This record gives sequence, C-alpha cells and structure tokens, in this order.
Amino acid sequence: MSLPLVLMAIALLSLSGFPGLFASRTSAVGERVAVGMVVVGAIGGLTGTFLAVFAQKPPHLELPWQIPGGAIVLEVDGISALFLMPTFLISALGSVYGLEYWAQAKHAENGRKLRVFYGLLAAGLCSLLIARNTILFLAGWEIMALAAFFALTTEDHDPAVRESGFVYLVATRLSTLCLFALFALLHAVQGTFAFTAPALDATTPQATAMFLLALVGFGLKAGLMPLHVWLPGAHANAPSHVSALMSGVLIKMGVYGLVRVCSFFVHPPVWWGVVLVVLGAVSGVFGVVFAIAQHDIKRLLAYHSVENIGIIVMGLGFAVLGRAVGEPSLLVLGLAGALLHVWNHGLFKALLFLGAGSVVHATGTREMDRLGGLAKVMPKTTLGFVIGAAAICGLPPLNGFVSELFIYLGMFQSVLHRDSAVSMAGAFGAPALALIGALALTCFVKVVGVVFLGEPRTQAAREAHEAGAAMSVPMGVLGLLCATIGLAPVLVVPFLERATEAFAPEFSHAGQGLPALAPLAPLALVSVAGVVLLALIGAGSALLGARMKRSPQGTSNTWDCGYAAPSPTMQYTASSFADMVVRLFGWALRSRVHAPRIKELFAPVAHFKSHTPEVVLDLLVVPAARTLRRIFHWFRWLQRGQVHLYLLYVVATLVLLMFWR
Amino acid sequence: MWHLTDPLLVIVLLLNFFALGTSRLRAVIGATATQGVVLGVLAVVVEGHWSLRPVLIAAGAIGIKGILIPQLLIRAMREATIRREVEPFIGYVSSLLTGAAATGLAIVFANTLPLAPEHVNSLLLPASFATVLTGFIVLTTRRKAINQVAGYVLLENGIYIMGLTLVEALPFLVEVGILLDLFVGIFVMGIILSHINREFASLDTTRLSSLKEE
Repeated sequence: MSLPLVLMAIALLSLSGFPGLFASRTSAVGERVAVGMVVVGAIGGLTGTFLAVFAQKPPHLELPWQIPGGAIVLEVDGISALFLMPTFLISALGSVYGLEYWAQAKHAENGRKLRVFYGLLAAGLCSLLIARNTILFLAGWEIMALAAFFALTTEDHDPAVRESGFVYLVATRLSTLCLFALFALLHAVQGTFAFTAPALDATTPQATAMFLLALVGFGLKAGLMPLHVWLPGAHANAPSHVSALMSGVLIKMGVYGLVRVCSFFVHPPVWWGVVLVVLGAVSGVFGVVFAIAQHDIKRLLAYHSVENIGIIVMGLGFAVLGRAVGEPSLLVLGLAGALLHVWNHGLFKALLFLGAGSVVHATGTREMDRLGGLAKVMPKTTLGFVIGAAAICGLPPLNGFVSELFIYLGMFQSVLHRDSAVSMAGAFGAPALALIGALALTCFVKVVGVVFLGEPRTQAAREAHEAGAAMSVPMGVLGLLCATIGLAPVLVVPFLERATEAFAPEFSHAGQGLPALAPLAPLALVSVAGVVLLALIGAGSALLGARMKRSPQGTSNTWDCGYAAPSPTMQYTASSFADMVVRLFGWALRSRVHAPRIKELFAPVAHFKSHTPEVVLDLLVVPAARTLRRIFHWFRWLQRGQVHLYLLYVVATLVLLMFWR
Repeated sequence: MWHLTDPLLVIVLLLNFFALGTSRLRAVIGATATQGVVLGVLAVVVEGHWSLRPVLIAAGAIGIKGILIPQLLIRAMREATIRREVEPFIGYVSSLLTGAAATGLAIVFANTLPLAPEHVNSLLLPASFATVLTGFIVLTTRRKAINQVAGYVLLENGIYIMGLTLVEALPFLVEVGILLDLFVGIFVMGIILSHINREFASLDTTRLSSLKEE
C-alpha cells in the first residue's frame, strides 16, 4: 500500500503544472489546480512514506525496463523515507506559498512555466530517492537537475539570473559526469547496475576512486566547500519558494548520494571518515564566514546552506569513522545527527527562505541595508524568521540544537577512542562545530537586527506590508515543526533508527544490532530542559512586561553624538556590524572596500562601498576557465562553418573506428 | 527465397553508383526512391515466407521511402525552384571512383567481422556498409541541401539493410520506430530547407558558413 501511494504522489507532483498550461495567462485556475495536486500528492506521499517506515520490511517493487542495464527497482527503506518526508512536506508548503508569492495574475509571463518545472523538480527529487537502479537513479537525478535549472531561471529576462543559471548548469553537468563514472565503476565491481546491499570491499583502488567520485559528484550538488560555487547565486536569484525547495531539499540529494554510497562499503578505511570530517568543518566554518560578509539576505541564507551541509557531512564523517573502527554507538550518533540535521535544515532553512521571500515580496529588495524596522509591520514574518534563525544557530529549545547535540556527543565519544585518527577527528571537529555555532549566531543577530529591528532605512521598507495567509501559514507550519522536534525529539527516533539500520545492516545481521539512540543521547532531558527554558522565558518576559507597564515611557532619539539631524540610515548597517568578523577572516574573504579618505574637517559628500566576491568562483574557477578557453582556441580552426566538412569528420571517425584494432 | 537476396542487393549497390554518377537532382531522388522499394521487397525476401510482419514492414518501407519522401523532396525542389544540376564539390567521375573505393572498403571490412554463419557468404553486410558510405559521400560532396537529404536517406537505407540481418532478433516496434524516425527526420529537414531557402535565398549549404561563430 505504501509504495503505490508514493508513486501516485510522484505522478501528481510531476503533472501538477501542466493543467495550468491550458488555462489563460492571467487566470488563477491553473495555479489552484497545481497547488491542489501538489498538496494532495504530498499528503499521499507522506502517508505512504509513514507506512513504509513502520512496515515490517521496506516496500519493494521490480518491473522490467527496455533500457539496457536499467530496471525499475523501487524501494522505500529507512534512508529513502527520511529524505522523502521533507521533500513532500516542503514541496507542498512551497507550492501553497507560491499562490501568493508568485501569483499568476502578477507573473503572467512566467508563472505557468515556473509551476510546470516546480512540479517536475519535486517529482524528480522523489523518484531518485526511491530508485534502486543506477540508471533509474540517473534519470530521476537529471529530471531534478534540469527542472531546477528552469525553475531557478524563472526570471530569465534578468542577466544576473541567467548568469547564475548558467553556473548552476555547468556545476550540475559536472556532477552528473562524476556520477556516470561512479556508476560505471560500480558496474565494473559488482557486475550489475543495481544498488546493492552493503557488501563491497573498500580496500580496492576502485573503491577509493568511487569514494572520491562520489565526493566530487555529490559534493557539487550538496554545495560542499569548495564545490559550492553555483549555490549562492542560484539560491539568491530563484523565486523564494524555489530557493526553499532547493536549499531545503535539493542540495540534500548530494547528502543522500554520499550516505548511499558510503552504505555500500562495510569496512570503510578510517581516512574516508577523516576526509569527510575535515571537508565538513571547512565547509561549515567558511560557509558561515562568507554568510556574515553578505549584504543580500538570500545570498546570506545560501551561504548558510553551505555551512549546514558542512555540519551534516561532519556527522556523516563520524558515522563512517564509527563503522570503520567497529564502534556502533559512534556510527549511530554521527549518522542520526547528520540525518536529523537534514530534516532540521530542511525545515528551518525553508522557513528562513520563505521569511526572506516575504520580506522581498513586501519591499522589493534583497539588500539588507535598505530594510529595517520590519518587525512592526510584519510581526508574523518576523516571528517565523526569528524561530528559524534561533533554530539554525542550534539554540535550544529548537530542532537545530538536537541534531547538533547528537553530533557533539558523537565527537565526545570519538575523542576517547584509542585510534589516534578517530580521536583527532573528534578533537578537531568539536571546536569547529562550536565555532560554526557562534559565528552563525553572530550572523543571525546581524540579519534580525538589521532587517527587522530599528527604523526603516528606505521608503520601500517603510511601506512594507504583512504577508497574507497563503504565505504565512506555510511559515507557521514550518516554525511549529521546528519547535516540535526541539521539544520532543523522542518523536523522530524511530525514523532515525530505521535509517541507521538501513545504512549499516551488518550490525543487525551479526545479532547484537545497533544500539538504540535513546540511551546514547539524553532525549528526555532535552525535552525537560526545553520546557523549563520556555517557562523561564515566559516568566521573564511577563515580569519585564509588568515592570514596563509600571514605569513611565517616552519616545526619544538614541544618543546621536551631538549630530543635529540623525536619520534612519545612520543606524548600524549589516556591513558595520559584520566588520570585525569580516576583518578577522579577511585573508579568506578578500572583501573589497572602497572608502574615501577624509582629510578635511568639513568633508564633501563621499561614498563607501564594500563587496565580497565569491572567492572560489571569481578568483579560481573563472580565471581557470579563461585559461582553458585560450588553450582550446587553437581547436577553433576545426570549426569551419561548412556542413560538409563536419560530415567528413564523422566519416573519418567512422572509417577509423571500422579498422581500429 | 535467400537466392533472391543477393541479386536485389546488387541492384541496391548499382543504385548507389547511379546516385553518385548522375548530374540531375531528380535522378538522385528517383534512385533513392527505387532503392526504398527494393529494400521493401528485400524485407519479405529475407524473411523467406509470407507473414504479416515482414509484409507490414515492406509496406511501410515502400510507402515511406519509395513514395512519401521522394514526393516531399520533389515538392521541395519545385518550391525552391532550384536548378536541376547536382553541383558537387568533386567531379562525377571522382565521386564514382570514391564510391567504388568505399564499396571495396565495405566488403573488406565486412569480411573481418565475426558473423553468424548464415550471413557469412551473403552480400547483406557489405551492401549495408557500402550504402552507408555512399550516403556519407553524397552528404559530404554535394552542395545543395536537398541533395544532402537524399544522402541522408541513402545512409538510412544502409542502416536498414543492416537491420535485415537481425530480422529475427529485432522487435517489430524497433523497425516501425526507425521508419517513423526517418519520416520525422525528413520532415524536420524539409522545414529547415525552407528556412535556409528563405534566409539565404538559396539552398547552397556553403552559405551556412556565415553562421559560424567568430
């Protein structure tokens, strides 16, 4: 019953945008039908996934397929189910959000296109998650990758959108290329194109090559630093609900692929885990550092995706380490932390992107320094955004805290391990994760402070309006889920245990089974502490409110250094707040500051500008591509513009191949 | 009816040479049309008995390659009011000689392949390669776009002959699919032809080099 439900959901999602193509350009019928289909599909899919998690055996379906090597083999095991749930949930919420955010009446020229590709993107995501044949997987992967390209280039009249779409396309092609090589190697090793039970030997050179290919191929999709080059531009330029789906779910497909490939190998070498931990830590720390330096709210959130993918990959690294040294509790904590963070990041990042979308929708700008004071006019959006921000910083009593706690516990365990590489990884990882948390907090203090608090800096911010129901309800649902997981982490334990079993079934086969999650992590304590914390916050604010009522209040300017006419633009800006951290990491950020030198007492009007480039893209990839282009220019003489000559090339190749020995 | 196969294939080869040697566009189209009809008959002959499948394939091949596509090409010729001459890059004699060399090459190559026993002494594979190569020669040496479509049909005919060696193994659907492919291909080419004609006021494909990126 569960698999047919999931398949029906995929069918509904994939077709959802098409009825709208037959409606008129400005009619709302198409979008309503699309949202209806996506929501019904997602509810069906969630039900199916739920049933699959609690089924005795993972539901499995096999059908023949004409494609050589391909077979329709579908299965919803613990890992698939875990990734399917946020996919269904966020596609549905994003679709509802789109009703208002990208209303057909206001976006007649591209609303229908967006909905077609949004549906296809969601369907591609789900189908690659249940595929158990590499060719079927690649088919789903390509549907996802291309649909995402078209969805993110919705506003293709804007050159910036086209440019980031192109960077994304190149990155995703490269990723698919690596996957082709990876699956060819898999075929060479095991003789079939099927995803197998974990039984592969990890010591062969092929296994090493497979791991590295997976790291590059899936790392590109996940946005692991330094392969994240496509991510900031793509997330910033897509419509916000597409950004939410991309950041919340799409980049997790890279994580899914890494988890899946790592699950193939029973005894991975220790260095695999170490590489994952180091890459994760680099990605985490520099992701958040780059985020702090951004001025564009959506670009900032995109860099936080890089950071969170880093945290997830660190967790996965500890799981691989645990498996390598035969330490099941380390495996459980690392993997449970990583996978729960997949959920959590999906929830709070989608919430943040939807919140940022509301801000963009209300003010028409993504520049934080043009906003300010939005909390007064947009209380609901502010509440949602603050919940998301607290969650992404890993603060209790929200969900981000729980998953990071699992990873911390795993790290503490690995520090005590006798294998020096494992304990070093733990000793390196824990401070890195702490640094990430602190920097993330700085970053979101900046965002919330600059965008929502203070006074409006521009006319647009002054005229902002609160989001309607279609936009605020999805945010409310996501915020509630963040709080639920944070307050009652016991609820997610069965899903995580199913997934860890599917990742490393060899422990269950050996009889002793994987250790349960509950004794390893103090879940009940987390709940109690969360409730106490909430009670304290409630009591504190009640006390404060009562005191405020009693004491006299007035409105006046803040101290203005004796300046006679202070204006809202003189508030702390995002750049000035971030200045200290940006200077600390200046060696990596390479920010450019154009500041005037003020020499006289009464200086004339001057301008200040700061800009942080995408270092890897602008200073590494683009120059390298330029050099390559110069080299390949020599091959241009082959391009003569003569059809006949081109055909002659074909003949020459054919004849050569005919007599090739 | 295997004894009929080789004579029919010889006719196919001769038609190849005819297509290479003639100076008139209409004759080239006629040659490809005749070749299509012969190949249709060949489908029945190779099967060796009358049954629905080969007859359907034969009817499809004759209908599409023998009648429909030539009609399309002749119409395109009329509408584009092009001159009758083929206008090759190399002379007719050189074309013929190249064709002969290609046929020889095809026979040599076919002999080097590991074949199923029933195909060892048959002309099927050499004829197939020879026709493919002839198609390529026409494609590369002729100036007019219509001529290139004819070359494409020749190429396709060669592939079709190759398919006949697998007549038991190849599903009916695949053969029908190939025919459909060919038809759609020609159709699209027809559209492109009319666009080239409109844009450049000529069907001379050498003019297309102005589209080249600088």
